[in-house]
Amino acid sequence: MERPSWAPQGIDLSQPSVSRIYDYYLGGSHNFEVDREAARRAIEVFPGLPKVMQANRAFMRRAVRYAVDQGVTQFLDIGSGIPTFGNAHEVAQAATPDARVVYVDNDPVAVAHSRAVLEGNENTGVVAADFRDPQAVLGSEPVRRLLDLHRPVALLLVALLHFIKDEEEPGKALAEFHDTLAPGSLLILTHASTEGGPHSTQQGREISDVYRSVGSRLLMRSRPEVLAFFDGFELVEPGLVSMPNWRPDSPVDQEDPVVFTGFGGVGRKA
Amino acid sequence: MNTGPEETAGPGGPHPAGCGPHPDGLRRFATIWSRAVYPTTATCMTRAEFEEHLVPLAELLSSTLHARPFDPGPARAVGTALVAAHCTAPESLPQILGVVDAYLLLYCADPALLPPEEGRARCARLQHAIAAGFARALQERTRAEQESLSRAALAAQSEIERALHESETRFRAVFEGATIGIGIAALDGTVLETNRALNDMFGDTERHHLSSRKVTSWVHPDDGPAVWRMYDELVRGEREHFRTEKPYHRPDGTVLWTHLTVSLLRDPDGSPRYMLALMEDITERRLLHLRLRYEATHDALTDLPNRTLFFERLEQTLARGAQTRFGLCYLDLDGFKTVNDSLGHAVGDQLLVAVAERLQTCVNGPGQLVARIGGDEFVALVADPACSGDVTDLAERALEALSTPVLVDGRELPVRASIGIVDGPAGERTAAEVLRSADITMYRAKAQGGNRYELADPDSDARVISRHSLTNRLPAALEGQEFFIEYQPLVRMSDGSVEGAEALVRWEHPRHGVLGPDRFIPLAEHTGLIVPLGRWVLEEAVRQACEWQVRGIGGTRPLRVNVNLSPRQLSHPDLVAETVAVLENAGLPPHSLCLEVTESAMIRADDAELKPLRQLAELGVGIALDDFGTGYSNLASLRRLPASTLKLDRSFTRGLQHHPADPVDLKVVEGIVSLAHVLDLSVTVEGVETAAQAEHLRALGCDSAQGWFYARPGPPERMAVELPLAAAH
Repeated sequence: MERPSWAPQGIDLSQPSVSRIYDYYLGGSHNFEVDREAARRAIEVFPGLPKVMQANRAFMRRAVRYAVDQGVTQFLDIGSGIPTFGNAHEVAQAATPDARVVYVDNDPVAVAHSRAVLEGNENTGVVAADFRDPQAVLGSEPVRRLLDLHRPVALLLVALLHFIKDEEEPGKALAEFHDTLAPGSLLILTHASTEGGPHSTQQGREISDVYRSVGSRLLMRSRPEVLAFFDGFELVEPGLVSMPNWRPDSPVDQEDPVVFTGFGGVGRKA
Repeated sequence: MNTGPEETAGPGGPHPAGCGPHPDGLRRFATIWSRAVYPTTATCMTRAEFEEHLVPLAELLSSTLHARPFDPGPARAVGTALVAAHCTAPESLPQILGVVDAYLLLYCADPALLPPEEGRARCARLQHAIAAGFARALQERTRAEQESLSRAALAAQSEIERALHESETRFRAVFEGATIGIGIAALDGTVLETNRALNDMFGDTERHHLSSRKVTSWVHPDDGPAVWRMYDELVRGEREHFRTEKPYHRPDGTVLWTHLTVSLLRDPDGSPRYMLALMEDITERRLLHLRLRYEATHDALTDLPNRTLFFERLEQTLARGAQTRFGLCYLDLDGFKTVNDSLGHAVGDQLLVAVAERLQTCVNGPGQLVARIGGDEFVALVADPACSGDVTDLAERALEALSTPVLVDGRELPVRASIGIVDGPAGERTAAEVLRSADITMYRAKAQGGNRYELADPDSDARVISRHSLTNRLPAALEGQEFFIEYQPLVRMSDGSVEGAEALVRWEHPRHGVLGPDRFIPLAEHTGLIVPLGRWVLEEAVRQACEWQVRGIGGTRPLRVNVNLSPRQLSHPDLVAETVAVLENAGLPPHSLCLEVTESAMIRADDAELKPLRQLAELGVGIALDDFGTGYSNLASLRRLPASTLKLDRSFTRGLQHHPADPVDLKVVEGIVSLAHVLDLSVTVEGVETAAQAEHLRALGCDSAQGWFYARPGPPERMAVELPLAAAH
């Protein structure tokens, strides 16, 4: 008899993984040939992709520092992927040592890797769960142990929502998080788009195709569509902008034009 | 290789730490270096931070450049540090080395300490060392990352395997420990797995009875008609599951009855893969159910089907519609009560058992059923007889079978039975109607002397049914005040004045309308309800007469009321007392009441029965001999009767309706009138319908009359209106 269908899914390492592809873009070696192959194909149609990913990371770091400046020291990073360097907890804990960070990912390898990297760091935790199931995330042991949901939390959805289809109702899940989080909580969000950067809609479609071929979806959304995710949050200055333009550390004119692709923003729950 | 700008660093002495150049030179070098390398890094440092990060590296390169003896080794650390700063992209290295090659000597060397030629040679060596350190660090980092990724993958995999194992262990325990039988089969019917409960159900401890056979071989003769069709639909993926009761052969030859649920299991693509069967052993429950059902539908004494089962079958038979026929024999033993009363119930029961056995031998077809539906009542149902003859044959066989006496306790008991037969097309009557008809017909057979059968006949059914239903309703009718009284005036022949009225009771039947006394008085007489009904009529009529008198209707001579008295009332012990009480309560003088008793009732009565009448007559109550001339009166006995009036039956006066009158009738009536007058009886004639009749009767000396010629019976208030009319005749 074969394995019954009710058993948990195994890991198929012959399939590319979004988080390992991401690592490849960032120059890491936490990836396998299938991942690199998929990543190379994506870079072929969208040559600036690694730069865009670095821009995502840079935005995330600036936003985390902003959060700490605002007194928010609890972080819930969903779709955190494989931690390499410059992760949310490093940035946050560098700014304030007692910052607490819970990473959430639905990729079992990413989760296992995160556990290994974070071992010994008392103020961090890892949850194997999916953004589409907010209750599983919010009810998890690490969240209950590390985060005080009566106080503001920064919710990080960096380069995540463009993998969630409309029919999976990302807005609904987001609303559940919004409703649970305390006033003063922050939503830190980036999203892929062909708006803003030098890339064409055609390229957007092609890269979506590449991701579809590896079993994921990459959805280009328009600015109004991304803006809608901030429903219930008040955007802080400078609003929803291309990532390098969000509170830059240095003059943005030195940046590669490609990194102006996509949007990033931070919203505060009133 | 050194194509850099002209040296701008000012001359300076040798550096105490071995790094000779101007500090500004190092800073500028770092700026140029950062500008070249930063775009290729994946660092999380800002540009400024990155440039700051490069300053110590520039210092290290500078000091290594000037060191004596010259050893390029420490420059490896620069490559290592740059890898640590994530300058790992392939295009980083040319940028790193290009800047060293072009600007290191220019900004970081002290020409005073280092001759240009030696400087260039040393710079090349340093680049080699940086590249080696870079390569080494990158190699180490790549290995470490690959290893950590593999560890993570392995950890994740073993975590999942552990969870899977746990889940499988859990489900295995559920599967094995379930009290419900579970089996999984491939779509070709091969049994793949069965759990313990299922094997136990089949009594299959070695587990090969089940697993060695295909599902499709589990056919049982008692399978429901749809089971295998549903099975095929499931296998084809047209049905997700089905539920049924299904029997199986056990290896030991017994039958296992199950409540079976089969579900289709599909693979992730949705194509059918397995069948999952869940089975519950309902053998015991089913047996119990069958036994309870048998007990509920069979007579405990004779083991014949009982009333419930009989009605079920009768209803099924009748429901088949008019294209089929049915036949029913309703059999009741004659004189069974006597057997029970004289020989005891035990003997009666044995007799019933013997009768049941004999009747059972009379039915021989599949559509025939014998049932016991009451004490000594049996029925035989023939589902679709070819002709009426089939049913009468059955009745004859039954009578024949019972014709030999039954031996009970050494005593020969003769058995007689009456049978009512109903047959006809199904679908016209309800089961209850059919059985009632059979019951009526059976009573007809009994009335004919018993030990015979009779065939149902719609007319006699109708008569009996209406009698029956009226009788049943009488008490409620009395209770519900459905009776009312009409009054027919009695007219004095001498002057045409009204002397009184006869009270005639009517029944306002809710379904049949107004019924005359002939329809229900005999029934009331039969059931004894006549006593209360008669009392009510008397009270009502007396009260009414009183009212007329009070209102002065009838003029100076008070009106009298005539009330009929039935034979049963006549023999009622309280007749006198009640009548007196009624008169007294109403305040009506006794002579204003006349009780009419039929001639036949009066002449049948002995002296004791006449005594109450005599007492009433002595009190002044008038007594009329009703329907005189119909009862073969012994004329001589008229003298001893307490009557004061003869009411001559209408049959005598019919011949007088026209001119000329029938001469014989004239003579007869004349004779009766003169005889009555001799005996001091007045004569009242009933049924006067024509003026000629009235004229003849007056001429013959009749005292009073009633009939349609004068007035029909009507409500009491009509008396005031009709009096003058009647008098006008």
